[in-house]
Amino acid sequence: MRKHTRAALLCVAAALTLTACAAGKGGGANSDAAAAPGKDEKLTLTVWSNYSDREYEEVTKALKTFNQKFPNIEIKHEGSQDDDKITAGIRSGNTPDVALSFTTDNIGQFCSSGAFQPLKSYIDRDKVDLNQLTPAVQQYTEYKGNRCAMPMLTDVYAMYYNKDKLTEAGITAPPKTLDELYDAAVKATKKAPNGDIEVAGYLPTMGFYANRPTILAPTFGAEWEKDGKSSLATSAGFTEMMTFQKKLVDFYGYDALERFRAGLGQEYSADHAFHQGKIAIMVDGEYRTAFLKAQAPQIKFGTAPFPTSKNAEYGTAFTTGTIMGIPKGAKNPGAAWELIKHLTFDTDTIVGLSNAIKNVPSTKAAMESPKLEVDEQFKTFIDLAKSDKLKGNPVTPIGDAHIKAVTDFSVSYQSGKVPDLAAGLKEVDKNIDDLIAKSGK
Amino acid sequence: MTATLGAKPAPGRGRARSRHRLAVLGFMAPAIIGFVLFFGYPLVTTIVLSFTKYDLINPPEFNGLDNYAFMFKDPLLGKAIANTLWFVVVLTIARTVFALGVASVIARLKSGVGLIRTLCYLPSLAPPVAATLVFFMVMRPNGGPLDTVLGWFGVDSPLFFSDPAWAKTGITAIMLWISGDLMIIILAAILDVPQEQYEAAELDGAGPIRRWWHVTLPTISPVLLFGIVNSVILALQLFTQAVVAGSAGSGAADATGSTKYLGFPDNSTLTFPVYLYTQGFRYFDMGYAAAMATVLFIISFALTIVLVQRMRKNSTAEEGGPGA
Repeated sequence: MRKHTRAALLCVAAALTLTACAAGKGGGANSDAAAAPGKDEKLTLTVWSNYSDREYEEVTKALKTFNQKFPNIEIKHEGSQDDDKITAGIRSGNTPDVALSFTTDNIGQFCSSGAFQPLKSYIDRDKVDLNQLTPAVQQYTEYKGNRCAMPMLTDVYAMYYNKDKLTEAGITAPPKTLDELYDAAVKATKKAPNGDIEVAGYLPTMGFYANRPTILAPTFGAEWEKDGKSSLATSAGFTEMMTFQKKLVDFYGYDALERFRAGLGQEYSADHAFHQGKIAIMVDGEYRTAFLKAQAPQIKFGTAPFPTSKNAEYGTAFTTGTIMGIPKGAKNPGAAWELIKHLTFDTDTIVGLSNAIKNVPSTKAAMESPKLEVDEQFKTFIDLAKSDKLKGNPVTPIGDAHIKAVTDFSVSYQSGKVPDLAAGLKEVDKNIDDLIAKSGK
Repeated sequence: MTATLGAKPAPGRGRARSRHRLAVLGFMAPAIIGFVLFFGYPLVTTIVLSFTKYDLINPPEFNGLDNYAFMFKDPLLGKAIANTLWFVVVLTIARTVFALGVASVIARLKSGVGLIRTLCYLPSLAPPVAATLVFFMVMRPNGGPLDTVLGWFGVDSPLFFSDPAWAKTGITAIMLWISGDLMIIILAAILDVPQEQYEAAELDGAGPIRRWWHVTLPTISPVLLFGIVNSVILALQLFTQAVVAGSAGSGAADATGSTKYLGFPDNSTLTFPVYLYTQGFRYFDMGYAAAMATVLFIISFALTIVLVQRMRKNSTAEEGGPGA
């Protein structure tokens, strides 16, 4: 028996030692700025991103423009690397010099855990003017004042409408208020004699395509947090957003709407319902303009800011984007910063990439560049990006657990399972606060 | 060896025995090292981490029973446990019965056995992601093949993968389609049943159903028990199909794995392993994920012990039975 106890204790001790070793790998996050590489210093910078196919090629081209400033630096771009792989890379010590993340959901964790190194010392040393970025973009690249990332292009969300469908419904101008949106959605909806939906004026199902709480919340003036606490129940905007969407769900009938929705194509395929003329109005990012032109040239569409309940809020929009950071343990942090600075602020590089993959540039100078290709539909997004009404992702240290909690609740509410909206939102607030408290950050 | 039992070993013999033990240990070393490295170490580490706060980047900090206590406050954990229990019960029964049924039919076929056996086994070789997407397309409403066929009879297809009441059934259907591996094992057991037993039963006047019930089933029961254990473990570990079905159902098959779609619809496909993965790798709470893994291990271990004991009891009964 004693032998067994001793063996078990040995195992635990060994496991603890090995665990501590594994957790400690990857080197420390340095708060001092590393020196920029010399002009003659030969080195290779490894860049990880989640791009693939055509976008991967375009981003690689943009990365190569760095060689105009540093011909001595070779850039190795590895695509299809998501946040899981970045985290695993940092843990194992196999760290890229620059990591690009497609989502801003994890910025809270990246900054607070030190997974991405703090950039303040570099910004101070090089006297970088962050005001070249819009306030919303500045907000979604830092957490509690710790800037650990910079943006590489942004996504801005607005309303898309099918011109033919609205004309058929007798609507002459895109809706600007929620009442007008409801009216347009009802008029543009077509039902078969048996009640099946053939065309939905506006699809209100929360969590489907870009009809997500994070994207819609700004246009309803909804606030995610107040005084460090989740504020869904006390924010009138959330209640308004939920009740507006529910009113539309009730118009269609939940079961009929679900049957219609379940038969629609996938979000990033040519079968997307808007491409197929099955929905007349939707919310989506600027990148959809390129998808529509490539996959559904027959669809005549327009874009406009998403309707709001108050006129003063018209022109409010959600923004997110690709972020770049120097992971903990990066071998060449000085050179990595130079590359990040180049991709964030070099106007020609940003404009070239924006034209190629149809994302909104992240600096004010790039948005004003005459080289930026802006057509009628894309202009809506540029105008929104230039405005001071952009709002970014709510940043937390718990990934997107808070977003999932709200989406799950919205779906339950729309299906009629939640009798008391206020009490339900309070419960979600509590769950989110519990998760954040547990993270200790 | 038996000759030495009860006798005091001579000093020389003791040395020989030690050498023999060392040799045995030497031969077993690769297996022991593999077991310790790939099972023992991860298991002990998981248990140790379950008592810590660990964000994957910084060293773990001891936090006592916090992770276990949080389980009682976590609203999604209950759903994940309920979903997994649903699969443990329904999938285990359905998979075993389905594999047994298909194997029993194939065993009675007179011609084309090889072709049909291959066709039934083939789906189990399909990659789980592809198999799930194929099923999603087949069971899609508004024009999917199944919906079209049901439409001929004036029946609307259920909203598999979109309706919380049907999503788990949809995943179970996929799991049945790819259960060819178990079917082959059961088929082998059925073909192994001694022909004389059937002949004796036939002489006693038993028809095909009674022969199947009283001869086939008892003889292959150890294999069926193995099938049940195997299916329980499969259900406890259900991950890929749940993730892909959730993403495809929410219209985001091309963003498979995004946390936003895990569990769709209404968390009805959020299984325990999916939630564990989400907590560990998406919400960066590896301590909590480790606590969940520890609980899953204890449940799996307990279930396996119960089933294995049952299996042992059965085989003992067979050995000591009337025929022995």
